[in-house]
Amino acid sequence: MSHTEIPTPPPVRRLPLTGAEPRVVVDAPAFVSAPRRKLDGTPLAIDRMHVDRLSIAYGSKLAVKEVSLPIRQGEVLALIGPSGCGKTTLLRSLNRLTELTKTASMKGRILLDDEDIATLEPTALRRRVTMVFQQPNPFPMSVFDNVAYVLREQASRRPRKAALQGAVRSALERAGLYDEVAADLSHPALRLSGGQQQRLCIARALAANPEVLLLDEPCSALDPQSTQVIEELIVALREQVAVVIVTHNLQQAYRIADRVAFMYLGELVESGPAEQVFGSPREARTREYVSGGFG
Amino acid sequence: MSAVAPPPPAPAPAGAPAPARRSARDSSASWRWSDRLGLAFAWTLGLLFLAVTAAIVLYMMVQGIRYVRPVLFVTHPAQGVSEADSGGFLDPLLGTVIVAAMAMAIAFPLGLAIGVWLSEFGNPGWLARLTESTIEMLAGSPSIVFALFGTLLFEQGALAFLSRTNDGVVYGRSFFAAAAMLSLIALPLMVTNVREGLQAIPGHVREASYAVGKTRIATVRRVLLPAARPSVVTGAMLGVGRVIGDTAIIVILLGATLRFNGAGDVPLLSTLKGTGSTLTTFVYQNAPTGEINQPEKAFAAGFVLLSMVLALNFAVDVAARRGRRWR
Repeated sequence: MSHTEIPTPPPVRRLPLTGAEPRVVVDAPAFVSAPRRKLDGTPLAIDRMHVDRLSIAYGSKLAVKEVSLPIRQGEVLALIGPSGCGKTTLLRSLNRLTELTKTASMKGRILLDDEDIATLEPTALRRRVTMVFQQPNPFPMSVFDNVAYVLREQASRRPRKAALQGAVRSALERAGLYDEVAADLSHPALRLSGGQQQRLCIARALAANPEVLLLDEPCSALDPQSTQVIEELIVALREQVAVVIVTHNLQQAYRIADRVAFMYLGELVESGPAEQVFGSPREARTREYVSGGFG
Repeated sequence: MSAVAPPPPAPAPAGAPAPARRSARDSSASWRWSDRLGLAFAWTLGLLFLAVTAAIVLYMMVQGIRYVRPVLFVTHPAQGVSEADSGGFLDPLLGTVIVAAMAMAIAFPLGLAIGVWLSEFGNPGWLARLTESTIEMLAGSPSIVFALFGTLLFEQGALAFLSRTNDGVVYGRSFFAAAAMLSLIALPLMVTNVREGLQAIPGHVREASYAVGKTRIATVRRVLLPAARPSVVTGAMLGVGRVIGDTAIIVILLGATLRFNGAGDVPLLSTLKGTGSTLTTFVYQNAPTGEINQPEKAFAAGFVLLSMVLALNFAVDVAARRGRRWR
């Protein structure tokens, strides 16, 4: 083969980075101890996905009930709520991972850039809407191969290593991991620290050049330092991709989210800008939850 | 699963020295007498089995080292009435290697495929359940049953090309026939280990691969099988161990002839179509109760066979220790 073609998805609409500096919000509610790392003013946001009256059931048990929600690039959307409220199910439905559960059934629509995701090929959809899991789960191969695996077509070993150097490096850089692993990209990924492994998983998810990045409690298995690194990374990434994060940690949601959606027993109780949901929630259930009343 | 609560401290028997200040869990001296009896029983049995195993291995090793000679490895066996003129075990040794290689050439890919299918696809469910009970049945059947079935199968005219024929009579005994039936012995070990190795991989690792747009097949090939490699290797080596240790199929389907007895003119194919023996049948025939009765040869060959099996077990241990990276 004289020339190798790198299979990359079609180019994605990108937002220009704003030059604003992070600002510390001083008037945070009493239960939040850490400062917010947020950009000043309302970030410019474009709709990438739209969840439209979505219901998901496992067998006869309804896990998500009639949820409608926009997902925007330029914003971090945090799904919060007590355990078993359907937030992870909602997240997994966004790239059709729910279909792997045999009993799951779905009603309603999810649009990705005005296309119904049900009409897309699942493998193509999952390259545009990638996901990072709760447990860091690098594959049992080298750091380089973990990222290269995503860039290659299915089980193919092509393109060769040399042709992928640039793409792998850029993914690792976007995940803020490159400087730490640059010395030895052939290092086994499972020997990295937990925080590094999770950033490698983020690099892997970014390597496909997705439009939406889903994060399912990405910091719950990590120490505070690694959590901080990943939170800063998430805030930086929202300029390039729409970010949806499921979190149990209200402080984390407050620190990094621009919009917050509170779910309870499968229903979307309230969603809106983080300040509003945390500062002056409209619903009594939200108020109780964000002030630590239940869940 | 040590969910058993520590037994309440028993009252110290009169005249006994004051119990040492240790927790009840630490010292069995404070246990109830029935528990102490049970512990002693378990230890006795454990040591007994250990002693029996060690005695067998040591006895075989000592006897084997006494009688094994390098020349035995390179000498064909021969008809003879004494240890001196009955030759070595070159043919049975090669036969063992050939049979193991051929049987695994069938069992390895087949077992891998079935194991992967059961663990990762298993659809439709009834077929998966049927496959699982079939595999269990194969694992539980004595090899002599496979041997009998093999004679029936390979004596069919359609399979005549796999063994010697004479005036339209199909002998049905050859390396092909023996290896085909021996692969059924190795198959369940292969399937079970592959399936268990794959199922030990957490579900979120699979999903991580699906979540970047990979198909099930790509995930199996690039992520799951590399991760389950220690189990695959373990299954294959346990399978080889069973194959080289089997006697019934060799006697019935390989003929257990002293030397290779080829059929046809094509050099290698004639050997594989012909009859032969392995170390197990060699030991059987040379044992004091066997028809050749040269016990020194039997001990030497048994020593070689035992060494092969021990080496395989050791390799399994090494392979198994290099796994389980997500725990």
